[in-house]
Amino acid sequence: MLKTLRQPFQLFPIVFFPLILLAVNASGLKAATKLPGFPTHSYISFAVAVAFIQGGMFALINTGTNLAEDIESGFFNRLALTPLRRVSLIAGLLLGVGLLGIMQSAVYVAMSLIAGAHLDAGIGGAAVILVLGAITAVGFGALGCAAALKTGSGEAVQGLFPLFFVFIFLSSSNLPRNLLRTSWFHTVANWNPISYLIEGFRSLYISGWDGTALWRGFAVALGLTVLALIAVAAAMRGRLTRT
Amino acid sequence: MNVAGGMASAQAPRRGGGIWRVAAAIAWRSLHTYVRRPDLFIPSIIFPLVFLASFAGGLKALGSVPGFHFPAGYTAFQFVFVLCQAAMFGGLFTGFSLAFDFESGFARRLMLAAEDRRGIALGYALVALSRSVITLSTVTAVALVTGMKITGNGVDIFGLYGLAALLVLVGYGWAAGVAFRFRSIQAGPLMQTPVFLILFLAPVYVPLDLLKGWIHAVASINPATAFLQAGRGLISGVHDQTPLAFACAIGLIIVFGIWMLSGLRKAENAG
Repeated sequence: MLKTLRQPFQLFPIVFFPLILLAVNASGLKAATKLPGFPTHSYISFAVAVAFIQGGMFALINTGTNLAEDIESGFFNRLALTPLRRVSLIAGLLLGVGLLGIMQSAVYVAMSLIAGAHLDAGIGGAAVILVLGAITAVGFGALGCAAALKTGSGEAVQGLFPLFFVFIFLSSSNLPRNLLRTSWFHTVANWNPISYLIEGFRSLYISGWDGTALWRGFAVALGLTVLALIAVAAAMRGRLTRT
Repeated sequence: MNVAGGMASAQAPRRGGGIWRVAAAIAWRSLHTYVRRPDLFIPSIIFPLVFLASFAGGLKALGSVPGFHFPAGYTAFQFVFVLCQAAMFGGLFTGFSLAFDFESGFARRLMLAAEDRRGIALGYALVALSRSVITLSTVTAVALVTGMKITGNGVDIFGLYGLAALLVLVGYGWAAGVAFRFRSIQAGPLMQTPVFLILFLAPVYVPLDLLKGWIHAVASINPATAFLQAGRGLISGVHDQTPLAFACAIGLIIVFGIWMLSGLRKAENAG
């Protein structure tokens, strides 16, 4: 976390890039609120959820790139030779990612409220967003670690970014699923777990306490984290064997 | 031969045909590399297709927003944005290649060997145009297969792709100017972020009239708005701002051409 905070150019994409995209998309797509069946009159309240996912994806890139740099420079290998437990090598990193996830989520909540979004679930909802944001960041961060451990290359980790952006594009990020009128797109968005993660965050803004949306959002975030940690464990075994 | 001596001798023999010989050699080499390397080839095609799928497929409902009238339908409306984006990014990706060639040392060797170094800039411009032919053809084919309607005539469509070709050169001119100055792929974000922002600060999802607030004010003075409106006018046969779009594109090519050639001089001076 300190490494990221000390490098402002790493903070810029995490904090500001999602906000810039939010500002542009929320303004450009405001007309969508006139569609019959659109769940809110405030597009920014609808769209802000995407910023939390984008923040998670930037956590993936930053965490993965930092770890890959440590591998490339040999620092990770030297750490592996110390009596540190293997799990501590990654757990410390992911703890930092979780704390950064809370911080970036707090910034997104604050900026969205300043920009006119309405958080229907109130203060309690904001707290839930911070928790969900932290889990999401840890999940994506762990995926970044797995990629870094597997490839040992920062360039390869950076190459994952567009791949994950495709998941955002092919989801209910811009319109609710009931308004996705192209049948194949509707099917893809229904199967895309990112849709449910977005809707978990979104529900707190536009419909208050929606148990179904929340459990699905948390299930996706926790599922992503568990799967990513399994991938980290497997990649770590391979990396330390090669070392 | 030392580098300074090499530079001096490289600058001396400038002949009329030299610029084209250098350009053709670079264009052939880069195009050859491009089609043989999936890591370069695939992203440049996948990105526009993802945009097309996401915007034309995912946002189709916006076509029924009150006040939205576009004769060729929402897929064609979004196709023009994707075409403009793919064209400009085709130019940008070539700027990446140029920066990468500097980082690997190839471009420096090229600077020493070239009869006329303006041929380097011209060669990569040919690369950008050739790559874009592949990308834009693929995007067009996918759009047509998925049911895009074209209500403009043959001349209009020729105009649309002519505009796209100019946008390739606009994107390339900007990116090449950055690449010549920084000579490192680290400058990649500087190449693409301004273009990305300019494109998205235009009427991407709905026509200009339906944009409200600050985005309407920004889009009204954004040259990308003229490109999109002209492109949408050409594909639908209902012309809108076509002369302005071509004038803006040619003006930007001139400005970025100067930017690129002054960058080339800086690269020469840097050795």
